[in-house]
Amino acid sequence: MFELPSGAEIQGIIASLKASVGFFIPEIYLSVLFMLLIVIDLVAKGRKNNLLSITTLLGLAGSTIFIYQQHSLPAGELFFGMYVLDEFALFFKYFFVLSGILAVIVTMADEQFDREVKSIGEYYALIVAMVIGMIMMASSADLLMIFLSMELVSFTGYLLAGYFKRNSRSSEAALKYLVYGAVSSGLMVYGFSLIYGITAQTNLIKISLELAAHGSDSLVMILATLVVLAGFGYKIGAVPFHFWSPDVYEGAPTPITAYLSVASKAAGFALLMRFFYIAIPHGGLPPEDKLGLDWVSLLMLLSVASMIYGNVVALWQKNVKRLLAYSSIAHAGYILLGIIVMSDLGTQATLLYLLSYFLMNFGAFYVVILIANKTGNENLEDYRGLGIKMPLAGAALTVFLISLVGLPPTVGFIGKLYIFSALLAKGSLYLGLALVGIMTSVISLYYYMLIPLNMFLRESKKPDEKSMKLDLAPQIFMTVLMILTLVFGIYFAPLSDFAKYSSAMFGITLH
Amino acid sequence: MEQFTTIGLNHYLTISAILLGFGLFAVMTRKNAIVVLMGVELILNAANINFLAFSKFNGGMEGVMFALFVIVIAAAEAAIALAIVINIFKLFKSVDVSSIDSMKE
Repeated sequence: MFELPSGAEIQGIIASLKASVGFFIPEIYLSVLFMLLIVIDLVAKGRKNNLLSITTLLGLAGSTIFIYQQHSLPAGELFFGMYVLDEFALFFKYFFVLSGILAVIVTMADEQFDREVKSIGEYYALIVAMVIGMIMMASSADLLMIFLSMELVSFTGYLLAGYFKRNSRSSEAALKYLVYGAVSSGLMVYGFSLIYGITAQTNLIKISLELAAHGSDSLVMILATLVVLAGFGYKIGAVPFHFWSPDVYEGAPTPITAYLSVASKAAGFALLMRFFYIAIPHGGLPPEDKLGLDWVSLLMLLSVASMIYGNVVALWQKNVKRLLAYSSIAHAGYILLGIIVMSDLGTQATLLYLLSYFLMNFGAFYVVILIANKTGNENLEDYRGLGIKMPLAGAALTVFLISLVGLPPTVGFIGKLYIFSALLAKGSLYLGLALVGIMTSVISLYYYMLIPLNMFLRESKKPDEKSMKLDLAPQIFMTVLMILTLVFGIYFAPLSDFAKYSSAMFGITLH
Repeated sequence: MEQFTTIGLNHYLTISAILLGFGLFAVMTRKNAIVVLMGVELILNAANINFLAFSKFNGGMEGVMFALFVIVIAAAEAAIALAIVINIFKLFKSVDVSSIDSMKE
């Protein structure tokens, strides 16, 4: 049935592989870093020092050099269409490496690690592995590669969420993340098998050509889209695939919560955009179809449900980590708005929103960790009077929360502005969606502002027992994040230019 | 009569759909974490049967490759899942998914 390739063909395959490796250097570099970290952990075992974290920081920072060099390479496919290199992928490479760096910095500030685990062990190696997985997620152009990279991210995510293995809440988070993740990725593979059955292709561009040439049965296509969406929806944490996220975000170590809520979510969005924009750009249905349920309408439902559910349920939360978990569900809804638009402006708005979300969410979690170091937990009740005791942390948290609401003069406002203007530029059809987005932002103002209210305007019930002095390094880092949030809120041209430059996707056939 | 004597694509797809149904049923109704993970294996194998059947009838090798990778990933997932479940059992003395619920308010 299948003939063996001839010698010349094998030579050709080897030459093509060799040519592709030159486009794959950042990933190779990060894989070497991953192995190096495991070796360093073995050698430096038992000693409590910053060797591992410093190596990770320097290593991740070094990888940006290799990513920068890729700007000069032409966009194209590598490894027989398994993988692509384009501006869109480069954007996410920077994004994930920076999130990895921030996750390491946030971890170094968290004192819970000193209490819960004896040595930090393979923690940093797992963070680097997750960076590699997410980079591959943003660059894969084949169903097989999508599946493999997504599982790499999921597996490291399960382990990191349960990293405090003697802590029952962290272990519970790992179990919940695992059960929901396993089911949704299983469903996603089933959807992939249906798509492979319809088109006999696994490459996204070839799938799109095949669908355009021969069409498809609409019922099967809807079923396939639905189950594939279960896998992607789990990664981005959108309603109705959100059940894991409040418990996982609350139970996991806080740096991992920040990392999952920013980076892993962004990886899900990158994959979602690449998959739907390239493989099924016209919704996969002929326009005269009776069912009329394509992926754009599915995403609209998801987006509206996420915005309403996330913002409304957050109103009752008493734990700040859990509150931020529900707010991240709502933000998934806002980002989906940018994807629904399906235009260059929409892609630019989505990328810009992800950048702003990166700054403000990492900032908010960083302050939450610094406060938890002093108070021992994340209960809203214990934030009373903290603004007087630690004014800088209070001010920084307030700025990040204002940015999360989307008020000027912060970067969050710019993100929301771009999303809504992209929606309205598409026509009055999307006016309703924009209205839902704006109304739910108003709801979110209430619960975000509860935190500064407790910090500044309510007196602490407990008498002033101990000093709340922060170390110098966290203070500087927090101030830098706060200033960036404010500066990019006013002077946002570099961010929006970068997002515009990065919205070029290889093989895209929108319009 | 011929449709009953030769095995065609539909037979494979029916088996795979039944497996998917069993897998989803196990995931939704069972409380034991191990049984839930067994349900996930059923879902993955339903996808595998689909891939192999489509590969046979479409005449390409991609489906076979995909099925191989799914088997490998399923094994890796089982290793990680069992490690987490053993840890849960040590802490909670139970692997009942519904009773492990310390965070709900």
